[in-house]
Amino acid sequence: MTRFVSLRLISLCVAVLAASAAAVVAEPIKIGEINSYTRLPAFTEPYRKGWQMALEEINAAGGVNGRKLDVIARDDAGKPGNAVKIAEELVSNDKVSLLFGTFFSHIGLAVADFAKQRKVLFVASEPLSDAIVWSKGNRYTFRLRPSTHMQAAMLAAEAAKLPATKWATIAPNYAYGKDAVKEFKAELKKLKPDVEFIEEQWPTLFKIDAGATVRALERAKPEAIYNVTFGGDLAKFVREGSLRGLFENRTVVSLLTGEPEYLLPLKGEVPVGWIVTGYPWQFIEDEVHRKFVDAYKAKFSEDPKMGSLVGYNSMLAIAAIVKKAGGTDTEAMLKAASGLTFDSPSGPITFRVADQQSTMGAWVGKTGLKDGSGVMTDWRYANGADYLPSAEEVKKLRPAN
Amino acid sequence: MSDAPFYFAQFLTGLASASSLFLVASGLSLIFGVTRIVNFAHGSFYMLGAFTAYSLVNALPSGIFGFWSSVFLSALLVGLIGAMFEFVVLRRIYRAPELFQLVATFALVLIIQDAALWIWGAEDLLGPRAPGLDGAIEIFGERIPEYDLALIVAGPAVLLAVWLFLHRSRWGTLIRAATEDREMAGALGVNQSLLFTAVFFLGSFLAGLGGALQVPREAASLLMDLNVIAEAFVVVVIGGMGSIVGAFLAAVLVAELNAFGILVLPKITIVLAFIVMAVVLIVRPWGLLGKPQAGQHGAGEPEQPLRPLAGLPLVAALIVVAALVLAPAIAGDFMLVLLTDFLVAALFAASLHFIMGPGGMISFGHAVFFGLGAYGAALLVKFAGAGMIVALAVAPLCAAAAGVVVGWFCVRLSGVYLAMLTLAVAQIVWSIAFQWQDVTGGDDGIVGVWPAQWAASKAAYYYVALVLCLGGIWLLHRFTHAPFGYGLRAGRDSSLRAESIGINVHAHQWMAFVIAGGLAGVAGSVFVFSKGSIFPDELAIPRSVDGLIMVLLGGIKMLFGPIAGAAAFTFLEDIVTRLSYWRAIFGGLILLIVLAAPDGVAGGFARLTTRWRGKALQAKP
Repeated sequence: MTRFVSLRLISLCVAVLAASAAAVVAEPIKIGEINSYTRLPAFTEPYRKGWQMALEEINAAGGVNGRKLDVIARDDAGKPGNAVKIAEELVSNDKVSLLFGTFFSHIGLAVADFAKQRKVLFVASEPLSDAIVWSKGNRYTFRLRPSTHMQAAMLAAEAAKLPATKWATIAPNYAYGKDAVKEFKAELKKLKPDVEFIEEQWPTLFKIDAGATVRALERAKPEAIYNVTFGGDLAKFVREGSLRGLFENRTVVSLLTGEPEYLLPLKGEVPVGWIVTGYPWQFIEDEVHRKFVDAYKAKFSEDPKMGSLVGYNSMLAIAAIVKKAGGTDTEAMLKAASGLTFDSPSGPITFRVADQQSTMGAWVGKTGLKDGSGVMTDWRYANGADYLPSAEEVKKLRPAN
Repeated sequence: MSDAPFYFAQFLTGLASASSLFLVASGLSLIFGVTRIVNFAHGSFYMLGAFTAYSLVNALPSGIFGFWSSVFLSALLVGLIGAMFEFVVLRRIYRAPELFQLVATFALVLIIQDAALWIWGAEDLLGPRAPGLDGAIEIFGERIPEYDLALIVAGPAVLLAVWLFLHRSRWGTLIRAATEDREMAGALGVNQSLLFTAVFFLGSFLAGLGGALQVPREAASLLMDLNVIAEAFVVVVIGGMGSIVGAFLAAVLVAELNAFGILVLPKITIVLAFIVMAVVLIVRPWGLLGKPQAGQHGAGEPEQPLRPLAGLPLVAALIVVAALVLAPAIAGDFMLVLLTDFLVAALFAASLHFIMGPGGMISFGHAVFFGLGAYGAALLVKFAGAGMIVALAVAPLCAAAAGVVVGWFCVRLSGVYLAMLTLAVAQIVWSIAFQWQDVTGGDDGIVGVWPAQWAASKAAYYYVALVLCLGGIWLLHRFTHAPFGYGLRAGRDSSLRAESIGINVHAHQWMAFVIAGGLAGVAGSVFVFSKGSIFPDELAIPRSVDGLIMVLLGGIKMLFGPIAGAAAFTFLEDIVTRLSYWRAIFGGLILLIVLAAPDGVAGGFARLTTRWRGKALQAKP
């Protein structure tokens, strides 16, 4: 009985809505966004500012296909179960046309799988896990940020130029750390078959026992070190390592350490000369990028971080997808996204057809100090496309679906 | 060249870590020893110590004097905050059922997290190194940081100071007396309120000191609180709760095992401390230097006997069930998802309540059963190609089997030691799920576990959840009122008397673990199909704590307490997470509930209805 009544009510509402839609035309396009805002604010707040700025710019320019974009952003509190619940609400209650966001890889994977189940487009902005586009990839999920494999391969290319053959690795003991070490080892061995990995340390994420770990690395007397630790772990590792002379006469190759999020907290203690991937925003002269930096600084009175750029590019990617699709039909958007190229402050970015990974790249260079804070020197932009496996290889990595 | 200098230096490094660990643990041990409060906020005090020290070091003139006075001042400040919290909040709820105060400390954790974010911002803050101690010296050719040596001295120095205070001052004597037997000390005229405030001050002071002393070693960050709290509890329990010397020994043991463990097996650090704790508890049920907990002389009001559902409450329960059955007729898809979450939470909390309430055994690791049920179902689907029904039927058996093993060890312990053993088990199982990538997928988890075709719609799956979860709750209710339940409660109220009339108390408790484990497993397997994926998070401490908060918040003495708690928790969380600074709001709301209803939501409700009925009776001529 109640269901009957409510159905009638709904159909009435639908009729009214349809009438008003015809009258107003420009109904905004709703987009759902999920991220770990309270769990990791240091990384997700710059990202939020990035997409907010892009959103305002797009809407100020009249929106997409004459419709404004409307983003509903939610906090998953770092719990994958929550993220799926919120995704469900965004899709069934708020009727969003697509989803984007997530930082942690496991939450990215959970939402990607939800997207597959509910047949919604999901643009995974920040998670790095290779599984999102390869072993657990699906046709509804597109990933923007350069993946673990891509960034590890960029560093391996640099590491292969070094004379060092005896390597030690240190990485946090969870999926990202393990993947980062595995990919680096494989790429470096490919480029330089005589390298040996003589020691590995796996501190627990954010609980590194830095003194003991540094001494264990030191004891192995490696010629070079590959580091994946970050955040608080990195600060402790750098402090204890420099006190104990671990970095003297050794080259350190370090993943993501050149990103402002990782570099700035180290202040004046940034170790100089580490080979890193990162984001030297101060020095990039490209005009589109300059404009992005100036607008960001003017709007938020703070410097952009890596997350800001990823957030900004995410919004641009979504606008480009919707524009090309000419609407918000999921199949049309999937078709539009596959192989789509759009312009961004990082240069043109393409979502590859083979694995739906974007070709957004990263900057590879060395750490340095300028006015008492960390910067990148001798950097170059590594185009993501050059560090991704071929379509043939991807076929083997990705389940058929 | 011999290896001896290396090992000696590694030993010193371990000692430095031990000192850091001891400083946090000592305060926690003191607070627990006297007040019996499981203080989740201790890690938050530690974090506050680090943040305030960071700010003070930068504000005061640099140099040795500036540095050490900011360390001392921040410890003092944190001590005052701790004392204030005791004075404003905890003092009002001492007569609440055992452990209820931990809900208040949990709320404080949430509030401090947002307060720190608001005051200091999101970024990690790296303070300067300690002036005068910023280099390293060579010992047998190995470089040792000077600050490590300072810490190696500081740990035992604090131990000595606290020991002297406890054994050579009047206040210390009173604190020790209260640790031994709180009621007796009270009966002899010791002002308990003042004593508790003082202990809270001292404990928080030590936490703040521990945090402040970390500034030269690590960046102050918003993750410090949760990162340190579990480890601190482990050290306290290994040492024996309330024993400061024990805490010191335990800190040295854990830190040295860590320092040498990573030379052999680097990945072991993730779970080493918990393995040590499990072994110690099995061999020495009260920790290294702890004593059996003195019998509680029944704090608070005596427990009312449980009555089977009848009369008005039965009607109310039936109305709720009817509403749940009819919900899909009016509720949208998302409401059904939320209701499914609530049902899962309610069964999970009810199963935990079964061992905590009627069973009288506290568990800090109930997530292990939930997670095993969820993983069991997911693995059956992934590896055995099982259908949803088979997975839902078999997975809870895995959890019940775990209950057989865990219960066998746990019923030999009591009180917080039992709780910590369940925590250790949960952490060990969590680390296996986390590490065993080939089977469990590690922290990338298992995805693609969705309901069968016929249950794919939200409404259909909601009914699956409704039948299983309500069925589980009904079963628990049935067990509670069966002779088995009476035996269980008899064992809880007086194990000696129960034994003497021929009830095998251990066997009852053991069975309770199996039943609760199996039903938590049902909740877990329902959960996994509703989310489509499972990650080690569902086995981790926060999941256990959520369950604990639901049970305590709902009211441990009432059978419908956990259900009320699960409802309050699930729906409040869903509403507040839409707001910014929602953690502070959520924490504030929990504090309000705690202060308004020290017997939990259900208890408060029952009190209201009794009062209302009482008035109605009085109104009659």
